[in-house]
Amino acid sequence: MSQFDLSKLPQGSKGFMHDWASDQRAFKGVPWGKAMMWIFLLSDTFIFSCFLIALMTARASTTVDWPYPSEVFGLTVFGTSVPLLLIAIMTFVLITSSGTMAIAVKYGYEKNRKLCGWFLLATAIGGLTFVGMQAFEWSKLIFHDGVRPWGNPFGAEQFGAFFFMVTGFHGTHVSIGVIFLFIFSRKVFRGDFDTGRRGYFTSMKSDYEAIEILGLYWHFVDLVWVFIFAFFYLW
Amino acid sequence: MSDDYRDNKIETKSADSSSGSYVPSADTIPAQEIPDQELYHAKSFWTKWVFCQDAKVIGVQYALTATAIGFIGLILSWGMRLQLGFPETFSFLGPATYYQSVTMHGMIMVIYLLTALFLGGFGNYLIPLMVGARDMVFPYVNMVSFWMFLVAVLVLIASFFVPGGPTGAGWTLYPPQAILPGTPGSEMGIVLMLVSLSLFVIGFTMGGLNYVITILQSRTRGMTLMRMPLTIWGIFTATVLALLAFPALFVACIMMTLDNLLGTSFFMPEIFTMGEKLDYAGGSPILFQHLFWFFGHPEVYIVALPAFGIVSDLISVHARKNVFGYRMMVWAIVIIGALSFIVWAHHMYVSGMNPWFGFFFATTTLIIAVPTAIKVYNWVLTLWRGNIHLTIPMLFSLGFIVTFVNGGITGLFLGNVIIDVPLSDTYFVVAHFHMVMGIAPLMVVFGAIYHWYPLITGRHLNQTLGKIHFWVTFVGAYAIYFPMHYLGFIGVPRRYFEMYDSPYMTSGVGLNQFITVAALVVGFTQILFLYNIFTSWYKGEKSERNPWKANSLEWHTPDYPPTHGNFGKELPVVYRWPYDFSVPGSDKEYIPQHVSPSEVPAAKAEQT
Repeated sequence: MSQFDLSKLPQGSKGFMHDWASDQRAFKGVPWGKAMMWIFLLSDTFIFSCFLIALMTARASTTVDWPYPSEVFGLTVFGTSVPLLLIAIMTFVLITSSGTMAIAVKYGYEKNRKLCGWFLLATAIGGLTFVGMQAFEWSKLIFHDGVRPWGNPFGAEQFGAFFFMVTGFHGTHVSIGVIFLFIFSRKVFRGDFDTGRRGYFTSMKSDYEAIEILGLYWHFVDLVWVFIFAFFYLW
Repeated sequence: MSDDYRDNKIETKSADSSSGSYVPSADTIPAQEIPDQELYHAKSFWTKWVFCQDAKVIGVQYALTATAIGFIGLILSWGMRLQLGFPETFSFLGPATYYQSVTMHGMIMVIYLLTALFLGGFGNYLIPLMVGARDMVFPYVNMVSFWMFLVAVLVLIASFFVPGGPTGAGWTLYPPQAILPGTPGSEMGIVLMLVSLSLFVIGFTMGGLNYVITILQSRTRGMTLMRMPLTIWGIFTATVLALLAFPALFVACIMMTLDNLLGTSFFMPEIFTMGEKLDYAGGSPILFQHLFWFFGHPEVYIVALPAFGIVSDLISVHARKNVFGYRMMVWAIVIIGALSFIVWAHHMYVSGMNPWFGFFFATTTLIIAVPTAIKVYNWVLTLWRGNIHLTIPMLFSLGFIVTFVNGGITGLFLGNVIIDVPLSDTYFVVAHFHMVMGIAPLMVVFGAIYHWYPLITGRHLNQTLGKIHFWVTFVGAYAIYFPMHYLGFIGVPRRYFEMYDSPYMTSGVGLNQFITVAALVVGFTQILFLYNIFTSWYKGEKSERNPWKANSLEWHTPDYPPTHGNFGKELPVVYRWPYDFSVPGSDKEYIPQHVSPSEVPAAKAEQT
């Protein structure tokens, strides 16, 4: 890729036309893995959109009252009930982990092996904390409040169904991300991206671009959480 | 067809105007941007032929698996036809088994045969070869995609053997009936079906990302998007559609699985059965229909667009003439793909909706006829004054045009709300969608197999068997589906196990028997085709290199048939579109894509 100079390409709308009319690559200078992740995320966006649109349909057409979220998701701390306390902390942790991820990507590009690895680890721990708090939230709703996928004491039974399905699907995304974050922090610490060590399954070399691709996924998962937060907890 | 190409026009000088000899300069084709792809080189039999990362082998694996499950779908259709044609004679199919046959036949043919064959089969084999890549961009993920598909197929087959049998809810799987007792397979069959579909979507996503990125980011030097064969355009657009449409199916599958296993009520309203109220309440069956058809309508084009693309190439090659209106063809494919996302509710006219929505969806549906008609005209104009070789691929292509026009026109009927309502759920609908997305794409599949079989195996298929296969399939398809239109007009409902002595069956009985006989004959011809494929693999007439004298890159690999890595040491450099047949001024009958302008100085080639 050495002889290919991105800075010589035309810019703006002319550049857009040029790139799409050119040979070899439509997205100039974009590695395959990164382009793939973007398109995957587009596809995944459609999945979450379908979930959330289905939620809106159920909520708009319910004949039984929809539970009042700030009561359902409140916590009682030192005798005072604080609405949305746990969710606020969870959201804060997840958004913060997006920040550490961005720093990890930066150190990855600087080939700063140690710091990149540590920030990846911090991101993984942030994600793990989020999943742990989600498990706490679920168990409180299930065992304490008696919310079930097929019914709940607060109102429309679709509430529990959608809650467990959507947060569960998102939680699965976070968990997968956490697993990959741990794997990649190990790979970074071991120096796989510096020595060109080959992957266990694919037997292909990789480099620090992989960290950015993982970062794209992680930011996406955080962004989706913002929408779930808005539609479930604030609406 | 003139456009600037990296500010360096490729000058093609005609003989009379060239004063000196044309000197190709190094800057005519831009330098290589992408480092050469590193490939995994298999060392053992297992990694070479079974857990293989070569897209060509994966394509054949996909195609064989899809064909195998497709034959199960075919056999199911025989059972249905025997029951419909001769209800008194053949009583081995009870009502429950009949519904299960209908359901499995539909789902197998649409998803596991056609989608997998076009995108997984032809997509894998042709994309890297046609765009000039060594392999798909992520060979390992590509391999996993196939194995995921295989597991999905096995889960589907397993549903035949669980208590209660496979689901009999109809291929649309509408709730609430799909998961309630009374519908066959509501115990385990429906669960396995939903799991199988989810696995298929996951597997397809892995493959689909590969197809899209290979086409966008891994073309060879000189291969611009507007120089790609239309086959690639069709597969590319269909893959994008699939990546955006399958999520809706995936979500619908998850929600219905939860309704079934956990007792949630996403799609389940309050229901009384046998005088007792079920635990469900408050769900919306219509929501499922929206999710399903948001997937279901693009699915039609996921099957049709690759067929459009492939047939354009077949017609062009076998009529020795360039595709008429190449750019128009590309844009028509893209526009059809985009429009297919805003027409889904025309499948739901009788589900009940605001009349203005019906108006909207009828309008968008009919607008799709415009780019589609452009494509049909362009196919005909490609044939016009062409040097038509009546080879088997050409015969199937001609068969495709006729059946597609036929099925398309009945689609215009059904797209109108006012005509759809009386025709809904009759055999007219059955005839329509079998013509337009069953027979028409299958014609292309067959044509494409006769066309590319020499490339894959180095041998031709038997021509006599091929001609028999074409004529019986083509005439037989009309014998089957033409009478069905009439059955629909006289009001025969679809999905009925038996018509008994309904008044409209006076003229329907004989027709049903005729259709059944035709269906059996056509079905047996497909077995002949399968026999042809397997025997020709080692006994067929040896094919010389590039037997059809085609221009696209897949025929011009150093090894024939192409081997791992596709192009040997150097990737080819592309100078032109793949349709330079009978170019004026040139003494060559066809000019392959990698032939530079200086090698054919006299050719008045169009700039592409």
